[in-house]
Amino acid sequence: MVTITNLHKQFGNLKVLNGLNLQITEAGIIAILGPNGSGKTTLIKSILGMVLPQQGEIKVIDSKVHKRYGYRQKIDYLPQIANFPSNLKVKELIEMVKDLRGQSTRDKELIQLFKLEPYLDKKLGKLSGGSRQKVNLVLCFMFDSPLIILDEPTSGLDPVSLIRLRELIQQEKVKGKTILITSHIMSFVEEISDRIIFLLEGKIYFKGTVNDLKTVTGEPNFEHAIANILTSNHA
Amino acid sequence: MIKQLHRVFFYLKSKFLCVALIGFMIENIAAQKIIVCENCEVNSLQTAIQQAEANDTIFIKNGIYKEHDVIIDKALHIKGENYPVIDAEMGGMGLKIKAENFSVEALKIINVGTSHTKDFAGILISEGKKFELKNNILDDVFFGILIERSSEGIISGNRIESNSKEQATSGNGIHIWKSENILVKNNTVKGLRDGIYFEFVDKSKIINNTCKNNLRYGLHFMFSNNDLYKSNVFENNGAGVAVMYSKFIDMQHNHFRKNWGSASYGLLLKEITDSTLKNNNFEDNTIAISADNTNRIDFLENDFKNNGYAVRIRGAVYDNKFKRNNFLYNSFDVAYTGKLNNNEFLNNYWSNYSGYDLDKDGIGDVPFRPVSLFSYVVNKTPEAIILLRSMFIDLLNFSEKVSPIFTPADLIDKQPKMKKIVW
Amino acid sequence: MLKILKYSFYDLSRSRWSYVYFFFYLLLGVVLLFLNNDLSNAVITLMNVIIILVPLISTIFGVMYFYNSREFTELLLALPVSRNSIFLGQYFGLAISLSTSLILGLGLPFIAYGVLQSGAIWDFASLLISGVFLSLIFTALALNIALSNENKIKGFGLAILLWLFMAIVYDGLFLVALVYFQDYPLDKFSLITIMLNPIDLSRILILLKLDISALLGYTGAVFKDFFGTALGTIISFSVLICWVILPVWRIKYISEKKDF
Repeated sequence: MVTITNLHKQFGNLKVLNGLNLQITEAGIIAILGPNGSGKTTLIKSILGMVLPQQGEIKVIDSKVHKRYGYRQKIDYLPQIANFPSNLKVKELIEMVKDLRGQSTRDKELIQLFKLEPYLDKKLGKLSGGSRQKVNLVLCFMFDSPLIILDEPTSGLDPVSLIRLRELIQQEKVKGKTILITSHIMSFVEEISDRIIFLLEGKIYFKGTVNDLKTVTGEPNFEHAIANILTSNHA
Repeated sequence: MIKQLHRVFFYLKSKFLCVALIGFMIENIAAQKIIVCENCEVNSLQTAIQQAEANDTIFIKNGIYKEHDVIIDKALHIKGENYPVIDAEMGGMGLKIKAENFSVEALKIINVGTSHTKDFAGILISEGKKFELKNNILDDVFFGILIERSSEGIISGNRIESNSKEQATSGNGIHIWKSENILVKNNTVKGLRDGIYFEFVDKSKIINNTCKNNLRYGLHFMFSNNDLYKSNVFENNGAGVAVMYSKFIDMQHNHFRKNWGSASYGLLLKEITDSTLKNNNFEDNTIAISADNTNRIDFLENDFKNNGYAVRIRGAVYDNKFKRNNFLYNSFDVAYTGKLNNNEFLNNYWSNYSGYDLDKDGIGDVPFRPVSLFSYVVNKTPEAIILLRSMFIDLLNFSEKVSPIFTPADLIDKQPKMKKIVW
Repeated sequence: MLKILKYSFYDLSRSRWSYVYFFFYLLLGVVLLFLNNDLSNAVITLMNVIIILVPLISTIFGVMYFYNSREFTELLLALPVSRNSIFLGQYFGLAISLSTSLILGLGLPFIAYGVLQSGAIWDFASLLISGVFLSLIFTALALNIALSNENKIKGFGLAILLWLFMAIVYDGLFLVALVYFQDYPLDKFSLITIMLNPIDLSRILILLKLDISALLGYTGAVFKDFFGTALGTIISFSVLICWVILPVWRIKYISEKKDF
């Protein structure tokens, strides 16, 4: 699905990715974790072609990423900050993204799911942060792509929507998709992810299931296991 | 008593009328008509003139008469019918006249030869008096009408055209030298060197003529005093009008248009004094008026519109008055060399004026300074013209207006009008 | 690209600022024409406005728009759309919306006044054409600034400096150079210098209509050929077109190299 070899990226003097290798072949939910500045977002953006690495190669479903854009047809992406052109109405934004990407089958269903009907004729600039995140989710999930990338999907969501989101992710997993998630809500990660990838200093420090991590660190609690990696590493 | 006197007076008056009538009849009987046509007994103008007595009238029928240097030396009236053509075949002049009391009407004179030594003309009048040249057409001529040492003549309704290429090999349309009391009226002159040329011509009038596309000047005026020119149109000439070394000239209701080029102007004033310019219209000229050694001239109620420079004042220009003129959208209203000024600018309308009129008396409350610093800069560095109307230049001009350093501080219109002056 | 252009334009056509810009020109046109009641005078005042304000508004508005739509841009970047279409689409969306405000804002009052039947129609047309070119050029320059500077404050600063330089400082330096080297032949130098600044260039295009009498007063042969024939207009337009193409090309170039 995603193959990354020897990926290097630095912003100015700051090395963010330092020879990262990663191969994701299987379906399922994979959480990308790591401390602040470990390169999670940079990694995701590299896959999406938004960040251009200095060195290394990324392939998404047999297509090279560099200087191409067609492969993104096969990726659904949920950005971290949901900020949209404020003069467009919700309806218009959804229509626009459909217009740009082509086929969509699920937009009505998703709008219903997140109870967005009353907001359809409102301008995006007038929406609350949570509502905007819902729109963001609709935009992401309304296409049926084999790879889904979610950057902090839970931010700003009320509990009901959070439950809906979990269900949604599970549904997609059942369809046999690969889902990459970053989140710093550990309970969410623990509950939902099949495997985790732990980034540290621009490299993959750990790759495996949640249980593997607990075993390796000898901590029964997931959050403590994560903390353990960080402290032991920095000590 | 009064009644008797009246009767005597009436008697004398009727007696006089009788004598005059008899005199007129005698003259009329004596005067003959001679008809010239291509197939007539008299088939050339020259022959007809030789046969004619003084006061005779010669009618020329339509046709082509290949003649040149036709000499007229007596009081004759020559009249064409349907514009008979006198073709000089580039061999010399058309008519050479030295007479009194004559007229030439409705002839078409063509192909007058050029010369570097002689001033060949369509019609030459030398020492003529009491004459009239009326409604003639002169085509492809070197000089058109050339008049010297003459007086009391009328030149009206003539059309003179040529195709001059360079000044050295071309002549003037109506060229008058050392004459007085001449009236030049309703003529059209196109494509010659100077349209109308006056040298040592006094007490004469130039009215309602059109001078277009001439190589040098529309009207060239030198050493001539007490003249009037009025209601003429000067368009697209090398330069419009040059008035030089003259005084007591009255210039009214003329139009100076489209005189474009680096050395071009609507009106050049040089060494001219005690004259008046009133109700003239200057439009689209590179320089509307260029004044040099010009004193005691009144510029009243003229319109200056869309000119590069409306008034360009060079050296030694004193005691002139500019009143009630309209300065409209000129690139430069007044350009001035030097810092001394005693010319008066008052009650003009300036489209560039940005002041206000709080007391609503139609006169701006702040004086207007027509000379901009930029005109001074352009004078020193001509290439700077390319910065015209740029914001930097506006700032420059503004600061100079606030505290004049380079331009004469007293060159101001203290009472600029708020509205265009209607005259 | 056309889709992006459509949505950017759509977005902008609802923006408060577009209306402010539009009504500003409308008001200006109405005030100039109906209070002053003099077409020639209005055209001259408008020229000053266009030469100064269009670049200023285009740069500031352009920088502001691109900083504000950063998230929208990121949303687009994740979609299967090429970077070219995104940035050129946004660029043309903005430039066209600014030009439309200008053309409608000034055009309506002038048409209402009857400019179509008057002799000033070509003066007016050359004003609008210059205005449109300036919008295109300065929006492109603004996008260049916004793309090259992550820091908003720095971007705004640069935008204002760029405007100050092009609108005023450049001419000042040019004039100083002219006066300083006045003993040398300067006509070619002058023309080339003018070509290098789009504001001066558009000013020249308008001058060719308004002040041709004064321009023809200069003696140099180079000027004479330039101003006296169609050559001046043709060259000016070609260079203006280059002035649009170069920054737009650079937008394409930077946007392909940039990380988001």
